Amino acid sequence: MTDNNNHLLEVRDLTVTFPQPSGAVTAVRGVNYHVDKGEFLGIVGESGSGKSVSSLAVMGLLPSSAQITGDILFEGTSLLGRSDAELSRLRGEGISIIFQDPLSALTPVYTVGAQISEALLLHDPKLSRQAAAARAVELLRIVGIPHPERRAQAFPHEFSGGMRQRAMIAIAIANNPRLIIADEPTTALDVTIQAQILEVLQRAKDITGAAVVLITHDLGVVAGNADRIAVMYAGRIVETGTVDQVFHEPTMPYTIGLLRSMPNLATAGHTRLVPLEGRPPSLGNLAPGCPFAPRCPIAVDACRGTEPPLAALNDPQGKDARHSAACLRMDEIAGGQLQRAELFPRPERVAEAERADLTPETVLSVDGLVRHFPLMKGAVFKRQVGTVKAVDGVSLAIRSGQTLGLVGESGCGKTTTIMEILELAKPQAGRITVDGRDVAGMSAKERRALRRDIQVVFQDPMASLDPRLPIQDIIAEPLTVHGVPAGARRAKVAEVLDLVGLDPAMGARYPHEFSGGQRQRVGIARALVTDPKIIVLDEPVSALDVSIQAGVINLLEDLQERLGLSYLFVAHDLAVVRQIADTVAVMYLGRVVESGPAEAVFDDPRHPYTRALLSAVPVPDPSLERGRRRIILDGDLPSPTETTPGCNFRARCPLYKLLDADQQALCRDQDPALRPVAGTSAACHHAASIELVLN
Amino acid sequence: MEVLNELPISEPIEEPVAARPGKKPVSRSRMVLNRLRRMPRFWVGLVGLGLVILWAIFGLIPNAWNFTDLDVYNMGSSPSATHWFGTSDIGEDIYAQTIVGLRKSLIIGLLAGPLASLIAGIIGAFAGYLGGAWDKTIIWFIDLLLVLPSLFLFVLLSPIFKSLSWVALIFLLAAFGWMIMARVIRAQTMSLRERDFIKAARFMGVGTWTIISRHILPNVSSLLIIDATLGVGAAILAETTLSFFGFGIQAPDVSLGTLLSAGQGAAVTRPWLFVFPAAILVWTVLSASLVGDALRDAVDPTSGVNRD
Repeated sequence: MTDNNNHLLEVRDLTVTFPQPSGAVTAVRGVNYHVDKGEFLGIVGESGSGKSVSSLAVMGLLPSSAQITGDILFEGTSLLGRSDAELSRLRGEGISIIFQDPLSALTPVYTVGAQISEALLLHDPKLSRQAAAARAVELLRIVGIPHPERRAQAFPHEFSGGMRQRAMIAIAIANNPRLIIADEPTTALDVTIQAQILEVLQRAKDITGAAVVLITHDLGVVAGNADRIAVMYAGRIVETGTVDQVFHEPTMPYTIGLLRSMPNLATAGHTRLVPLEGRPPSLGNLAPGCPFAPRCPIAVDACRGTEPPLAALNDPQGKDARHSAACLRMDEIAGGQLQRAELFPRPERVAEAERADLTPETVLSVDGLVRHFPLMKGAVFKRQVGTVKAVDGVSLAIRSGQTLGLVGESGCGKTTTIMEILELAKPQAGRITVDGRDVAGMSAKERRALRRDIQVVFQDPMASLDPRLPIQDIIAEPLTVHGVPAGARRAKVAEVLDLVGLDPAMGARYPHEFSGGQRQRVGIARALVTDPKIIVLDEPVSALDVSIQAGVINLLEDLQERLGLSYLFVAHDLAVVRQIADTVAVMYLGRVVESGPAEAVFDDPRHPYTRALLSAVPVPDPSLERGRRRIILDGDLPSPTETTPGCNFRARCPLYKLLDADQQALCRDQDPALRPVAGTSAACHHAASIELVLN
Repeated sequence: MEVLNELPISEPIEEPVAARPGKKPVSRSRMVLNRLRRMPRFWVGLVGLGLVILWAIFGLIPNAWNFTDLDVYNMGSSPSATHWFGTSDIGEDIYAQTIVGLRKSLIIGLLAGPLASLIAGIIGAFAGYLGGAWDKTIIWFIDLLLVLPSLFLFVLLSPIFKSLSWVALIFLLAAFGWMIMARVIRAQTMSLRERDFIKAARFMGVGTWTIISRHILPNVSSLLIIDATLGVGAAILAETTLSFFGFGIQAPDVSLGTLLSAGQGAAVTRPWLFVFPAAILVWTVLSASLVGDALRDAVDPTSGVNRD
């Protein structure tokens, strides 16, 4: 710390305060960190931990109302108090930033090439337009955009999310910056695209030699890429160290809890998740003492009185002193008096006696479901110019008390599939059977009665609850449909609120008064109120913070065992699906490409797409992550309007490239059907030779 | 740039909800009332509106003149002890005329404005929610009404309405005042229809009418309430226009509108002819707006004042 000439960026005691009508809010409270040349620093924290605010302060991009104290040194000179014009010169050339949402970060009315040239011309006025355009094309090639000459002329809306993020990286590295700040660069993207982008970021770092600060909430993302990690909580850094130190020997209870609450592909499915109870404190009126104390299982009285400073750890093995944590009891944790694994109690499974008795039967089956949307053109006289094959022959079956996980990238037809099921209407083709009864031939009355048995929980708990109704009315709504009298309704609402772990007295509150995790519990309570047999869960935890997710997943597991529910669980987070699902179906472009028992699909996938999908999921374990080989899929999900003869995964298939001409011809000519292969069913002609990939 | 999302503080809503034990669940309308009671705006508006209504009902009692009386000795006199608001050119007592005019205008405004909003809400929500052929037909009809010059229709229809009474004017004004709002409500409904909570209700088997009345109308209610309160003023003014052309209130009946149109030429020379009716009109519309404003905030739990 004494010699700051070595540090590329040094942030000293940074405090950011936003004045608000309801009182000042300190979003960042005394943050110290530094980044060296060519280093990869990961800053991890939940929403509201101040991780983005602290990096925006470095860029000088905070609103002018923000009060900033402390010091930010870039290459030894202070950035605070500089004029915007001076900072603008530095931005792009010295420090550049990559934002989370690539759609709003690019101007929609200029071509991508023009926007990259603009970044170049701003910092080098001597550069000619032609040279800038040529350099833009070259940059697009570096970040892996196919046909960069043509693509440079395209507008942002013609790019997919992943390609836009690549273009953003191209702009960020255009002027060879010394520091790249990436603010949640992959959060809005699918897991296979995320793997691509992280690879591009690594490559950009190698080419430019820049240091990278990666800000994320996903511990898995930093595990494989970062050199060092800083964990933020309530506006402060609570633990920092090398990746191995933080992941293998976490010392702050928050880090320990966060690591243990994450569903993890390597361990999921065997053990229960350990929830991190409570929620981050609001920064408006912070109580004295350690902000994590209310959630901490080993908090002592001293924790509530004083806030521990970030202090270097006395490493008994004497490795190096870079590992620091902010905890009064860190020496006990590091010394082994407090066992990390036993810090957070692992919740018990539902007792045998409380479990529901089940007769195994198929409660929901979908057979060859088809949903095509016509693509119309023309204003007055519309004509059909194509077909979007959103769902193209999907078959699923769920048995009572079991969970079917439906996974796939966005745009693969998962949501359309469940919407078709929930409509309980006659599908375009195929059959939907609930409880052994075909829904196609039902009368409106029968259909309404059937809705008692199948309920839904949506992704965004705020959007799925009517903001104008108190939650007791929201939860009781399904009962009003079935004409349940008011008294019985009230009793049932109290019962389900209790079941999902909320106080029945909260019934009179409105949805906006609840936190994210509580809102999702309200959504689950509404689904439970009719005593359904099947609950369709559409990404139920993806909108929640990591530390909250575990609690909701555990609740779903408990409810399933206690009430004998069947879940249709739709998610893009494979680790979560691994945790909860008994059987898994992987969708690609409106079809199921692989399905089978969860262990078989996850441990020994037979379809190249499943394999690529699984390899793209980052695992929050640096040693595992470094040893893994990623199968990077080329390109994006093709548009479902295109009709490709043969296998529709062919264009991106890693296996296809390894096959000989005869085998490739089979892929080109014949559409593979789902067929049983070694424990699972896969729609691939060459599922038997899958070992070629990766080995 | 997620700066603001990064600040959980600015939304106190994120606070975990602690239990309030021992309280009976409160119904929705009760909660709206409770909120209304805490708003000074609501009381100011309500008292203002109440005073105007009371004055309209009882204001004539202390006055010596009736609104049809002509005081030939005091033609065009300024406000005095005998004629509190002065007299017109032919000796009519402006005070009496204002009160009688206010009665008509209040009834027309308070009924026609909200009635138009109600029609707009129901038709707009139906068109937006049902979509398809229903939507097309309703929109076609709305557009037809919008292109037809409504004054022309008033002229055509006025013989029928004259034979009825001035009450029919309320329905006529409402019938031609809902179209634009209905289009707005329809657009709002179309975006609401894709929201998860509407989908959730549909998948639970909630009927169309219940979804519209329980979920859609409350969620567009802020628009409707603003429209209804603005509609009070607009209806009064629309009636003025009609009366001016001779299709609305006919002499010897008076309304604020006919008084205003009669007095506006003298606004500079003999201001009492114009100022008193105008002041009453402003007072009435302002009070209605204050009540509407408070009501909107009470119905909408996420609006600023309820974030406590």
